[in-house]
Amino acid sequence: MQKKPTTLLALDIISIILLGVSTYLALIFAPTEAVMGQVQRVFYFHVATAWVGMLGFIAAGISGIAYLRSGDLKWDRVEMAAVEISLVFFFIAIVLGAIWARPVWNTWWTWDPRLTTAAITELIYIAYFMLRQGIEDPDRRARFGAVYTLIGAVSVPITFMAIRLFRTIHPVVIGTESAEAQGGFNMTSDMKVAFFFALFAFTVIFVDLFWNRIRMGTLADKVEQLKLKVMQ
Amino acid sequence: MFFLETPPDTSQYMVAGYAIAFGVMLIYIVSIFIRSRNLNRDMSMLEEMDKDK
Repeated sequence: MQKKPTTLLALDIISIILLGVSTYLALIFAPTEAVMGQVQRVFYFHVATAWVGMLGFIAAGISGIAYLRSGDLKWDRVEMAAVEISLVFFFIAIVLGAIWARPVWNTWWTWDPRLTTAAITELIYIAYFMLRQGIEDPDRRARFGAVYTLIGAVSVPITFMAIRLFRTIHPVVIGTESAEAQGGFNMTSDMKVAFFFALFAFTVIFVDLFWNRIRMGTLADKVEQLKLKVMQ
Repeated sequence: MFFLETPPDTSQYMVAGYAIAFGVMLIYIVSIFIRSRNLNRDMSMLEEMDKDK
């Protein structure tokens, strides 16, 4: 059995502590928003999970470039790990957004530019896994994955900018928002503490999961190679 | 909504949101743990088979 590096073990523990502190700041420390009430607290994890999602999709695109330049399959493992983690966190962000929207916009979902681009981004990366499974040759699969994530990464800035470029109901927390935006609010200093801490905590959690997931991918490849050796 | 003196009670949405967030994260972490454990088992078994060969 492969022993976990001490640094990774420490990062696991730090991530759990940071998640706990971030939850405390979001649920107890931050004041209740005057208009929306308690549901506004969903905002801290909503933005932080979306941030992790976008971070991973960008990391996957960069890994794609690294693979195309070097042809080293380790970049394919890194890319797959990034996409998998991001899919999970981006899914959480979308669900939290829908839960926040219900009492504020009076609907779970609307085909607003931000919500639509976010849904498309999620679907692009679900398709990535489905399409990968159809290719048996590891080199072809890695080349396909690299090009796909490189093109897929374009959806990230489009999703991020959607609320800044188009008329949208989705509020903009930092920057100016469109006149149709609903659910926006001015952050107090305590809210800012909870918000930026959540961003920091989820970035560390992402790094931790990313490392764990890459190790798992490396182990899976070793098992495959050993299987072939034993079967010969 | 804007003329209310106290915020509306939207706490059930907050609870649902955090329950889903923690639930999904937990499922994902458990899935990484189980997959890694199974791979480690396969690795040990294959190493044994390789030695016997």
